This record gives sequence, structure tokens and C-alpha cells, in this order.
Amino acid sequence: MDENAPLAECLSVSRRFGGFTAVDGVDLRLGRGEVVGLLGANGAGKTTLIRMLLGLLPATAGQVRLFGGPPSRQARRRVGYVPQTLGLYDDLTAAENLAFSAAVFGRGAQAPLPGWLHGYRRVLVGDLPLGIQRRVAFAEALGHGPDLLILDEPTSGVDPLARARLWETIADAARAGAGVLVTTHYMDEAGECGRLVIMAAGRVVAAGTAAQITGDTRVSVVDTGTWAAAFAALEAAGLPVALAGRTLRVPGASPAAVRQALGPVDARVTEAPATLEERFFQLTAAGARVGRPDPVRKEAG
Amino acid sequence: MNAPPPAGGWGTHAVSVRYGRRLALDQVTFRVLPGQVSAVVGGDGAGRTTLLRILSGAIGAGGGMVMRPPRIQTGYLAAGSGTYPDLTVAENLAFRAAAYRIPAAVAGPRIQAYLDRAGLLAARDRLAGRLSGGMRQKLGVIAAMLHEPALLVLDEPTTGVDPVSRADLWSLITQAAAAGAAVVFATSYLDEAERAAHVLVLAEGRELAAGSPEQIVAAMPGRVVAAATRPPGPAGMRSWRRDGRWRVWMPDGAGDVPGGGAELVQPDLQDAVTVAILAREPGASPAPATSGTATSGTATSGTATGKEG
Repeated sequence: MDENAPLAECLSVSRRFGGFTAVDGVDLRLGRGEVVGLLGANGAGKTTLIRMLLGLLPATAGQVRLFGGPPSRQARRRVGYVPQTLGLYDDLTAAENLAFSAAVFGRGAQAPLPGWLHGYRRVLVGDLPLGIQRRVAFAEALGHGPDLLILDEPTSGVDPLARARLWETIADAARAGAGVLVTTHYMDEAGECGRLVIMAAGRVVAAGTAAQITGDTRVSVVDTGTWAAAFAALEAAGLPVALAGRTLRVPGASPAAVRQALGPVDARVTEAPATLEERFFQLTAAGARVGRPDPVRKEAG
Repeated sequence: MNAPPPAGGWGTHAVSVRYGRRLALDQVTFRVLPGQVSAVVGGDGAGRTTLLRILSGAIGAGGGMVMRPPRIQTGYLAAGSGTYPDLTVAENLAFRAAAYRIPAAVAGPRIQAYLDRAGLLAARDRLAGRLSGGMRQKLGVIAAMLHEPALLVLDEPTTGVDPVSRADLWSLITQAAAAGAAVVFATSYLDEAERAAHVLVLAEGRELAAGSPEQIVAAMPGRVVAAATRPPGPAGMRSWRRDGRWRVWMPDGAGDVPGGGAELVQPDLQDAVTVAILAREPGASPAPATSGTATSGTATSGTATGKEG
């Protein structure tokens, strides 16, 4: 297989369930050493897309290719997958889980237990702290040296240092040449991804680096001694307002419009660059809320 | 009519809780003020759930003092539950309204307004068990705040919830605080905690840092630098990945970053909390072990992590 050929590829892929279109004409390409973040609200179609890539669900239209061919069982041997639920056996120890996975992948000789697991040798996985469970799931997914890693919300619920350590593992796998497709709800992690693909209502609504997606979008910032009154006034005007410390942030409304909505409330209104989360919200909220696709559509790969 | 909180707000003073041989909370002091959103952050087993259960009145404290309103004036959402899966959205809220004796004339419009704010109006006749995770969490928060409690306690309302639903949840939380409630929530998302007025960082049952996000950042010992690669030697032990680069904590007296090419960064809450966690790890602090934490200088120890009780 050519070094530059994509590891995974979706060409105008759609998936319908009865009258409902879960994935709608998605294009996606994932190459060697790439870390691609797949972002989207619940119901945006991320999990359906992943299930099609893994060959667990056939596409209704379009083409899904894994290592240049259909996502067959043989192709799946080269994939490491960590589902949201981790996929570990709670009533086995970490070592037993790793040994079982090694046997399933046909690797006879078991690698030595990683150092960080020694303190937990006799503990059942169900009794391990969540951060350690996640590391075990990573170790299991990486055990057979996969060319493609698919991680579904891999860092949910762990502290920031444990999260950074998991990203270290992801980056190491990418540096060694694996392609990584990762979903997350945590926008701060987008900075770890070389490229982002944002989905809403089954479609790709934006793709690129975090900076490219945020672009020059700006939000209005309200500084006031009486945030509760300002919040009430902006809410009454139908503006999407979010509390940030003691200031309020209003995406999608100019400072002049915000000033007018505030009426007699004493406040200073300025502008600031939008965060990725605020931009994401603008891109996806309208489509996800009323269940219609956003008119903007960009190519993902 | 809600009882007025004591002058210092609701909260705990030097509260400890023991589960068997394990100290789940160790001398934790935490204030929750009316009209303010406070956050409790920490990883698995940090003691967040125990602290919130004490504030809600679900369990008692083994030692110390707890200031909380009567339970009828408290709203509590436990982690990962709080709704009846075999009732519809509307039935869940009607049940809650009846349990808290909210008159129908008040409950009806209030439920309508909350569902609208949360983007749940179209789902009002759906079984709670058939909602997505984010929708179920929004329903749980609405149910907890329906009787307009003086103290609203939410355990991880946003964990695993997508950003759109998180924005809706944040809007509900803000509304409760704007109406005068003291709101406290547990989270593992630090960008979310950064939006709270007051933050308590817990690790293994102890306070690691506390204050406004700005105060916690200002109290961080030493400096944080960013580098393209992980530095060699002890500095490498104090490094972590962020935004595709390496952050390195340089405690006071640690000298310069080896290798060069590192630039000083203005730390945020995520950096400060990571430093506080790192400072407790064996080998991370420069000898002698005077590992400062962000506020009270709580002694560090290498106790084994246990599961949250």
C-alpha cells in the first residue's frame, strides 16, 4: 500500500435508518500520522460514521474504505478501537483483560505488564479508578500495533493531568505512524488534533485546524456590576448569552445590538475573539436544535 | 419562603468524612454564596461526590460544620441519575412539582419556560429513558431547580454531554443563580470551572486549591513555560501535553528550562490545576520537598487512589 494512501476514507457516505438520515454525504480522509478530531453534538452522526468505518454498519450510499479496501474483518485486525464504554471486562484484572485481547488478536507471547499497572496487579478492572481503566483500554487497543486508532471520547471524566497523559499516548501512536480518529466533547482537546471535522445533523459543517474554524468570529462581552439584571435583559431580547465568571458573553450579536438590548442596565460592552466552543455552537446549534442541516457545507478531507 | 443563608453563605467548615478505613474528605472548607455559581473540580476519587452529598443533606459529616438550608429548600441532582426512565419528560416534572407541592398554576408555566430554555419542548412526551444523555441531564437539572431552591447542588451535570447541550445546561444554571440561588456543581471540565465565580479543587479528599479562577492562577507556585518537545531530565517529569506542545512547570528555584526554545506562558486555570496535581507526584518537585499548593499549602502525601464513595 502506498505510503500516502489514506488509511480510512469516506466518499459521499450516507446512512439512513428508515426515513431518518443519520449521516448525509460525508467526505473524510485520514492519513498516516494524522490526528483528526471528530466533533459534534449528540445525534450529529459521529458514532454512526465510526460504526461504518469499523464495518459494523453498511453505508446506504457512498463508499467507505479502510486501508484501500472495504472494512472487512481482515482490515479490522489493523484497527485499535476504544469505545466510550471502554469495552473492558469489569470482573477480570487488567492483566487478564490484556491477555484476553492479545489472544483474540492472535499474539501468543504476552508483553510484560506496564510499570504503572504493577500497583493494581490483583485489582479487578471494575474496581480500578476511572483514569487507570482508561489507560488499560488504551493499552489494549494499542497492544497489536494498529495502523489506525479510533477513540470515542477517550478522556471523559478524568483529571487534567491524567487527560494530558492519555494524549501523550495518542501523540506517541501518531508519531509512530498510526492515524488517529478521535471524538471529544472537550473543546480544549481540539488543540491536540492536527485537523478537526465538525458534524451537525449528519453533515460536515466545518473542517480544518481550530484556528481556521474559529477564523475571525467575534463575540460581545458584557462587563457589569449587576450581571443578573444584564442576563435577564439579554435573555428577554432573545440573545444567546453565557455567563463567564462575572462577565457575560453573547455570540452572534454586535456590541451595538447588545447595548440596545441591555436598555437601562449599567454595563460596558466590548468585543473579543470567539472561542472554538462558541464558534462550534454557532455552527451546530441551529441545525441540531430543529433537526435540519446547516446550509453551510464544506469538504472534510 | 426560603430561609436566609448565614452571613458566610452555605457550605462546609473543616468537614471530614470516613468510609471504613478511607478518608473520603479531609478537613474541607467550602463556601457557596447566593446568586453565585461555584464549581468543585477533581478527578475520579477526589471527593467531589461526597462533598456535594453532604451539602445536599444526603449524608452527614463525620466531623466539622455544615451550613445548609432545610432539604425542602435544596435541589440536588446526583451524578448520572435524577429522572425516572419510565416516565415521560412532562410526567417527571409533574411528579417533581407535586412532591414539592408547587401549585399547578405556578408549575405549568414554569415547566414550559424551563423546557423552552433547555430546548426540550419537542421532547416533552418522550420517555426519559429514551432521551439522549445530554437531554436526560437537562431534564435532571430542570427537575432539581423546579421548586426554586435556595441551594442547587449538581453532581457532574455536564460529564459526557455534548457542547450544545452543555450550553443549554449552563444557561439553566445561570438562570438559577440570577434568580438568587447558591449554585454548586461538580465537573472535570476546567474550561467550565473557569466560568464559575468560586472554584474548589479537590484531590484524594483534600483541598488542592480554592478561590476565584484568577486567585487560583495567581497563587500557582513557580512559572509555566511552553516548549515544542518534552525537555530532558527532571523538567520532563514536570511536563504535560497541551495544544500539541509541551507545558513545563518550573517551580521557584528550578532554574531555566534545559534545551532552550521554551517561552513563558500566561497560565490559566487548567495549567494551575495541573501544576497543583503535579506538585503532589513523587519526584515532580525539586528537593527539598516543599511542594507548594495553590492556597493553603496542604501537606502532600502519596496515598493510594481509591474509588469515589
